[in-house]
Amino acid sequence: MVLAFVAVAMVTATAASAAGYAAARASLVEETQRRAVETVRDQVTRLAPETAYPPDQQALDRLRTSLGPDAMVTFEGLTSASGSTLGLITDDLRARVARDDGFAVQRVADDAGPRLVLGTPVLLTDVDGSRRDSGVDVYVVHDLAGTEAQLDRWTRVVVLTIAGALPLAVALALVVSRSVLRPVQRLAHSATELAEGNLGVRLTPSGRDELADLVATFNDTAAALERSVGELRRREAEARRFVADVSHELRTPIMALTSIIEVLRADAAGRSDQDLELATMAVDRTRRLARLAEDLLELSRLDAGVGDLRPEHVDVVHVVTGTVRTRGWADVAVAAAGPVPARVDVRRVDLVVANLVGNALRHGAPPVVVEVRAEPDHVVVGVTDHGPGLPAGTDPELLFGRFAKGDPSRTSSDGSGLGLAIARVNARLHGGDVTAHDDPGGGARFELRLPRRPEVSADREDDREDDDAPA
Amino acid sequence: MSRILLIEDDHAVRVGLGTALGRYGHDVAAAASGEEGLRLHREHAAELVLLDLMLPGMDGFEVCRRIRGAGTVPIVMLTARGDDVDVVSGLEAGADDYVVKPVEPRVVDARIRAVLRRAAPAASAAAGRTTAWGDLVLDRAAMTVTRAGRPVAMTPTELRLLLELSASPGQVLSRQQLLESVWEHSYLGDSRLVDNGVQRLRAKIEPDPARPVLIQTVRGFGYRFGPV
Repeated sequence: MVLAFVAVAMVTATAASAAGYAAARASLVEETQRRAVETVRDQVTRLAPETAYPPDQQALDRLRTSLGPDAMVTFEGLTSASGSTLGLITDDLRARVARDDGFAVQRVADDAGPRLVLGTPVLLTDVDGSRRDSGVDVYVVHDLAGTEAQLDRWTRVVVLTIAGALPLAVALALVVSRSVLRPVQRLAHSATELAEGNLGVRLTPSGRDELADLVATFNDTAAALERSVGELRRREAEARRFVADVSHELRTPIMALTSIIEVLRADAAGRSDQDLELATMAVDRTRRLARLAEDLLELSRLDAGVGDLRPEHVDVVHVVTGTVRTRGWADVAVAAAGPVPARVDVRRVDLVVANLVGNALRHGAPPVVVEVRAEPDHVVVGVTDHGPGLPAGTDPELLFGRFAKGDPSRTSSDGSGLGLAIARVNARLHGGDVTAHDDPGGGARFELRLPRRPEVSADREDDREDDDAPA
Repeated sequence: MSRILLIEDDHAVRVGLGTALGRYGHDVAAAASGEEGLRLHREHAAELVLLDLMLPGMDGFEVCRRIRGAGTVPIVMLTARGDDVDVVSGLEAGADDYVVKPVEPRVVDARIRAVLRRAAPAASAAAGRTTAWGDLVLDRAAMTVTRAGRPVAMTPTELRLLLELSASPGQVLSRQQLLESVWEHSYLGDSRLVDNGVQRLRAKIEPDPARPVLIQTVRGFGYRFGPV
């Protein structure tokens, strides 16, 4: 940027000098030519009446002598010439003089230097005032050496001027660029800081130019940003606190209920069938309430951004097999060609797979097959059932909504209606997704797709190991 | 019949869980605050402490630190928040295990029994009564550890972890394997339990816990026992 400033200054200084030089040179040449023409015209006007017509050789010689050292006078066949430069008078020039009444001017240059050749017919004025061509043509060669020397002096002056002005221009450019660019650089630096999250960054305005306005605008923007981000963070923290509070407030009574009802049911076993039935129902509903609360809390935590990913290196086939085994789903088959190593949050993957399989068992028909497949960058867990497939005419995406009921005829007794929503949020936390579609073989297929190495979230497992001395 | 100390501020949970655990054959003493819990623990030492983390007054972490500072009784945390930081702080304060509320009494009972089983001699005890590594001596039958002749106080979890690791020296045990063998958790257990347990064990048996020579971390796999 500074270089550009300097370059512009240099070009400007040079161009200004060069343009001035060219203009001066043109006007000097013009002036010289005008004066030469003037002189010849005066001489001819003065001498013409003294010459007898038609002139003889003697008269022509006289006329020629008074015109100067390098001159030529012609009249029909007669010619009077002197000087060594008359070869410069071309036929073309003579033709032009013969044709016109005015001056013909030609600039020529040879080894001896630049010269101006002037030619004009001598006009006679009759008693009635009319002018006619006398037939006498006058040619004068004017030496331009003096003019040329003048131009040379000018050129030197111009070159010296440029040489002197350039450093000055460069110095000026540096000063200007510093006073203009430094604040711009500071502004750019501050903007970068702002973008990196340092919302407290401000600039000190100086002067009252456009740059100062820009600085003021920057400060206002940064302040506004800091305010709104602060507000956002405050709300986020509030939301997290709320979820934590709700979590505690909800779980504690449910915990008490769970314990007390279990005792009551054990006691009811010794009493009437009706007592036992009621107690069993209470145990069941308490469990469902607990699950609904857990699902709601899980979703709220994820919404509040509390859910963090704890990825570990695992074989996803092992995880999925474990999910199915620990849930006691003996008739669910896990199909895999071999181990599928990946870095995933085991607890979340278990949750998602349990959700999908549980769903398939509730809404689909057996056999339910869980297929684990490795792709170069992804691991795919497909859960397929052999039921009627997805509810006809329903957008599969709607199934992932909260409290979505895939089958309207379904009673409210199964699931919380949050399972698929939670599954999806968990998958997306990994940078993956869960999708639903009809399987070509009939039935519904839910597919969990996760990147094998999630880029989000820090390597917590590795961080932990860094605390120890590596083996 | 094991003596359990339940420290829980919510009256209904304290009574409900206390009663239910009583039905499972435990002798439960209940305290409504940390201070009361510490007093009860001093008066008749419990075999296991069931500790709620959210307590009025002295919080569960402080109670945990004090109980741990005074002895090796196993501590199982009752956490109500879904906040993971709770679990980490609790483990760092010296807890051996944790359950998340709401939890059914039979699950708590199972967890209590698993923790208490850790104090029982290992099945492999017959393979060799005592083993020594430098000045560290492990007696598998008596379930004691001495270092330079002085007994090292170990919680049942730390002792079981040392037994499992030292049973197969040189072999890498994954966190999942250790979770299943020491904590009796399913494969889904929290691997932070293992990391925390290893750290506490190192603090007791390694000459320099910052540069462990007995228990090595094998990056990405787990831990390996073997003096190098």
